[in-house]
Amino acid sequence: MSSDNRPLSPHLQVYRLPFTAITSISHRISGVMLSGGALVLVYWVFAAASGPQAYATASAFLGSLPVQLLMFIWSFVLFYHLCNGIRHLIWDAGYGFELDAARRGGQIVIGSAAALTLIAWLIALV
Amino acid sequence: MQFRTPIKQARGLGASHHGASHWTAQRLSAIGMVPLMLWLVIGIASHAGAGYSETIAWMASPFNAVLLVLMFGVLFYHASLGLQVVLEDYVSHKGVRLALLIGVRFLALLLATTGIFAVLKIAFGG
Repeated sequence: MSSDNRPLSPHLQVYRLPFTAITSISHRISGVMLSGGALVLVYWVFAAASGPQAYATASAFLGSLPVQLLMFIWSFVLFYHLCNGIRHLIWDAGYGFELDAARRGGQIVIGSAAALTLIAWLIALV
Repeated sequence: MQFRTPIKQARGLGASHHGASHWTAQRLSAIGMVPLMLWLVIGIASHAGAGYSETIAWMASPFNAVLLVLMFGVLFYHASLGLQVVLEDYVSHKGVRLALLIGVRFLALLLATTGIFAVLKIAFGG
């Protein structure tokens, strides 16, 4: 079956995704990013189990500025996926499908994720 | 016109052959991830910059060790279920898709085992 030249609907290069569609695809993207972040978690615990020297090496790496910046982004991605996951569970229960509710939900998710990220870093840095 | 056999209807597993089991498992593990991740972020944030012995002491306490083991199990279960759906949706080449699906499963199991083993080693003071 040759389908190379068939038009896509919606054509992603010219179609401006609505807000709710952006929150939807972001859920998947954030999930994939978090799967990568889980590697860091395993690395951290594995280093701790390997002894003081391995842990010192891991600490230096994880505490470096670029990795800390990555962790900041990662923490927001985590909270986004967590909050949007709850939004999905509410949909699964059959609520919140109206256009207004769906838009409002997306805004609440982004706001909550930002707030939780700030709280987490306040705990870490203060 | 009825094309489905009575046994197919009685089993109710549909074209996927496993009904809604994947969907249910994804939601169940998602619900489990919510408290586990909130606990983990608070734990990591409040021990940011902690030294080796302090980190080990935190991981080795029975309460934290149990939750860490549970967290690694649920995390990689949830991640492999999610990545599976992403691969099934976006990788159209059958062979590549199958290879990636197997790879994700194996990697998830390897990482979960590594994380859990590391926690147990610390908890049992090895």
